[in-house]
Parts: sequence; structure tokens; C-alpha cells
Amino acid sequence: MNERISNNQLLHLISANFKELIREPGVLFWGIVFPILMSLGLGIAFTGKKDVVTTIAVTGQNRLVYHQPTDSSSVIRRFLVANRSLVEKDKNGCISCKLTIPDDKLGNTTFIFQAMDWQQAMVLIKRGNINIILDEENGAVHYHFDPMNPDAQLTYLKLTRLFSTAGVVTGRTNAVIKPLTVSGTRYIDFLIPGLMAMGVMMSSMWGVSYAIIERRSKKLLRRMVATPMKRSNFLIALITVRVLMNFVEAGLLFLFAWLAFHITIQGNLAALFVLFFAGNFAFAGISIFISSHTAKTEIGNGLINAVSMPMMVLSGIFFSYHNFPEWSISTIQKFPLTLLADGMRSIMIEGAGIAETALPVAILAVTGLIFFVAGMKIFRWH
Amino acid sequence: MNTSANSMSNNLVIEVRKVHKSFKTVQAVRGIDLHIPQGQFVALLGPNGAGKTTLVEMIEGIQQPDKGDIFIMGKTWKGNEDYLRRIIGLSLQETHFIDKLSVWETLRLFASFFAIGKERCEEVLQLIALEEKRRAWVVNLSGGQRQRLAIGISLLNKPNILLLDEPTTGLDPNARREIWAILRKLKEQSQTSLILTTHYMEEAEQLCDYIVILDHGKILKEGTLTALLGEIQDLPLKPVETRRTTLDDLFISLTGRHLNE
Repeated sequence: MNERISNNQLLHLISANFKELIREPGVLFWGIVFPILMSLGLGIAFTGKKDVVTTIAVTGQNRLVYHQPTDSSSVIRRFLVANRSLVEKDKNGCISCKLTIPDDKLGNTTFIFQAMDWQQAMVLIKRGNINIILDEENGAVHYHFDPMNPDAQLTYLKLTRLFSTAGVVTGRTNAVIKPLTVSGTRYIDFLIPGLMAMGVMMSSMWGVSYAIIERRSKKLLRRMVATPMKRSNFLIALITVRVLMNFVEAGLLFLFAWLAFHITIQGNLAALFVLFFAGNFAFAGISIFISSHTAKTEIGNGLINAVSMPMMVLSGIFFSYHNFPEWSISTIQKFPLTLLADGMRSIMIEGAGIAETALPVAILAVTGLIFFVAGMKIFRWH
Repeated sequence: MNTSANSMSNNLVIEVRKVHKSFKTVQAVRGIDLHIPQGQFVALLGPNGAGKTTLVEMIEGIQQPDKGDIFIMGKTWKGNEDYLRRIIGLSLQETHFIDKLSVWETLRLFASFFAIGKERCEEVLQLIALEEKRRAWVVNLSGGQRQRLAIGISLLNKPNILLLDEPTTGLDPNARREIWAILRKLKEQSQTSLILTTHYMEEAEQLCDYIVILDHGKILKEGTLTALLGEIQDLPLKPVETRRTTLDDLFISLTGRHLNE
């Protein structure tokens, strides 16, 4: 019986496959350790604190709760005072009122009502920092939001329930929805520049990094450098093709968004071109660095995912990174993808120009240069 | 020392002098001397792990010897890389070219590295008998056709020295014979020197003027086929009389193992 088991070919095959798997440290790391690290990181970011924090812009009122309300005060002010909201003044002098609705099962919801003028509110909504603007007219609360944005819909429902429970707003006539469909304030306006930026990252990672690693693994790099081919030409050709493709891909995406959603570029076109080019350069440098050493495509896969996945999740491509904990925001803002996406949004929907985007352009260019030089120092052609 | 007067005066295209190379605990090459004159076809014959590929990689310039010197056309690799890359042709045991380039596009790409025009590409295409596959993507070629393409690419620059690392490993007998035909034609038409690593004794016997038998990083025997086969008569372990003696018999006599082990 023992002999039958010890000679069983299926067991031997399983054993051989298992040994092959665990004896490849790269596969082991990217297959087991990396997902655990990712879940740990994202778990800390998302589950450590269940509270949902939503910022609400309140326009048309400079003093939210500084004075005792009178009968003629706004309904929002009366509501906040009645609920003993915490009044805070930040370093910029902005006044905000924080109101937390406790809920053991669903987690706490904290509303931050922030007084600001209409223009400020529009900038924040374009950046995705807020999704709803409140103001009042003749005792009715007006909710300004993109009706196609599910987050904004949820905020609207929560707020109306909150106000009606408190008896501040009663009846349908006191709550008026004002759809925001102006170009630049819709979710699609926020999404498209982010998708264009993400396209640059993904395309560079797979088109440059993976292509190099695959060619190294197939000995094609070694075969090519056995000729008088200039090594710089090889890299220039690879990067040039990728950058051109990125311009075409982004152009087609914009064309589609323009035709289907009437998206426009409100800022300086030259600034957008320069920023886009700097983003391409940054990701080309990062791609060269990532692919500088390994000849194993499995490890290459892992490296590319390790770099691109966190940025894809954190850099505010699909939703604002202001949803992440406060302590992480300043780090997230330094990621190349965040710089590129934020810069493109500022040009496309906020009307920024060369001067406003000079800093992200410079940082992206320097990032690309540093990674390119470091990558070339350790680059393996064989 | 970047040149060798000895190489030039003796018409040697490759001169390997007491070369050693180790990888961690493995001594891959242990004090090998090799002198290859112009036009000679040399086989490095030996089982896997004999040190053939490491020796070729050092001649090719991608590995540095730990000890000893290597001269190619009287020059070392240091400071002469561009010149030497122009006079050497190379085909690796297994190279995957860009899958979705055609045969012609692949030839043109590599020709561009040497600033070679279309005419030479046409000649090579004819030499490797892939005219009919000119427009076929590399991914759609058979193993033998891909290896012929690899050899064709190595011949684009009409090299003084051709290095072929196990060019027929894994190919069926027909494909192997097609490769041999190309190399025989090359010998007739040019003064190219060839170093070919193989563990097929038949390949060494068919193609090469001079055979170097390697094992464990050392040269066991070297000489012409006739001289090597003649040595078997002097060895204690003789092959069965009724069969033609081969280099494998010599290798068994020297090591107690077959070449293919």
C-alpha cells in the first residue's frame, strides 16, 4: 500500500509542480506575498476606519453658525446649531461645521459643511473633492449635483433624510434638485482626463517594460547587441513608438468623449501637450528602470503590477483620492500618475495654462530622468 | 595588451590563450588554448556542461575570462567592440525574433544594424532557401525555418568569423541537413572561419575540418577527424570491429561516457 502511494504518478506530478512553484522565489513573492501586502495596505486604508466623510459646499453664507440663529436665519444654519455641530476654522480661514451621524452597523457618516463662494465650489466639484453644493432660496434648500453621479445621488439622499428627520426641511417644495450639467462639473469630465493619464501609464508599462523583459527572456536583446546596433537606438525606437501610440490613444479617447459627452479642453492646449509629453517621459523612465534587470516575464508581470496597481487605485482616476485618509493624501499627490491626472484635469476642466502646470511638468520630467539614468546603470542586455 | 602580433603573423583569426572562467562554485572553462586560422571550420564537441557555450560566449565578448587572453583578428574586445561586432556573425541555440515581423522585415532590420542594403538580403534569402516564406511572419515558421533565418541573419555581414551555438539542436534530420547544406555552401564560397558547438558527433564529422573535444571545461583531444579516429586504435577500449568507428567511441574511450549523456 505504502509502495503504491510512494510510486503514484499523480502524487509525483503534483509534488514536482509544487516544488517547481515554491523554488521560484519571484513567482512565490508576486503570487503570495505581494497580494498579502496589497491587501494589508488597502485593508488599513479602507477598513481601519469605517467612517464615511463627505464634504458639502454651502454657498451664499459666509457665517455658518457663528451667531445665534434667528427666525430669519437660513435653514441650514438653524439645523447645524440645533445639532451642536463642531465649528472649525482651518489654516486658510475657511469655516466648516462637522456633523457626525453615528451608526454602529453601517459605520459613522460625517458631513463637513464648508462655507465658500460659488466659484470655489465649482473648482472643488470639478476636482472631485466634493460632489454636491447647497444653497438656499426662499427657505428652500437647493441641491446642485450631477444626477448621473451615483456618489452625489447618495449624498443627496442622506442629506434630505437628515434634514427631514430634524424637521428643518419639510415637504417636497423645500428641497429642490438643481442638476449640474455644465461641462466640467460632470463625473465624465472628471473621468476622461484620468483615463487618458492612466492610459499613458499602462501603455508605457506594458509597451516598454514588458517588451524589454520579453525580448531579454527570448535572447533577442542579446542577439541584437551582438551586432553594431546602437543600444540607445533600440531604446529610443521603443519609447518613440510608445509615446506616439499614447498620443494617438489619448487623442481617440478625447475625440470619442467630445463626440459622445461634449467634453472640451478649457485650458491651454500647448500646456496640455507639454504635460502629456512630460507624463510620457516619466513613465518611460520608470518603465526602463523596472525592466532593467529581470529576464523572467513572471517577475516582470509582478513588477509592473506592483508599480501600476497602487497608482491606479490611489491616484484618483475613477474617484477622488480625497476619499482616502487625510494622512495619505500628501503622499498620493506626489505619485506620477496623480501629478499627470491632476494636471490634465486642471487644464481640461479648470482652464489652467502653462504657468499653473509648470511644477507638475518639471516634477514629471525629473522623475523620468532619474529613473531613466538609474535604469540604464543597472540595465542588462544579456 | 589590445593586439596580438602572433595572431596576425600566423593568419589566426581566433587565438585563445589559457583561458579560465568560473561561475560561483562551477569551473566552466579551465585553461583552454585554441588557435583557429582563417577559413577553418572548427567543432567544439562535448556533452552538456562541457564548457562549450561559455567558451563561445567569451569569444563572442559577452563573458570576460577570469584568466587568460582572447584575440579576435589579433584584437581583444576591450576598445575594439564596434570593429569586432562588424566582423562576427552569431547564431544562438535558441533565439526568438519578433513574432509578427515577416522573414524579409527581420532580415532588413538586422541588415540595417550593419548598414547593409536590400541586395545582400536577397542573396541571404536565397542562400537560406526561404524565398517562398519572404512575407511569412516569423511566428508561423517551423523550427527548422526559424533556425535557417537565424543563420541567414548571422551571415548578412559576410562575417570573417561565424559562431554557431548548437545550431541544429532540437531539429529533425531533414531540417538539420538543410542547415548543413547552407554551411557547406558557405565554406565553398567564402573564407569565413566557423566555430560550431554541438553534441552531435555526426555534425562535427560532416562539417568541420578540425574537432575539439571538451569535457568538464578542458580539452580532452583535438585534431582532424582522421587523426582523432586514428587515435582510437591506440586506446585500450576498442569499438566493436564490425561497426564504423566514430568520435563517440573516442569519447567513451576517454571518459567512459557517451557524448550525448
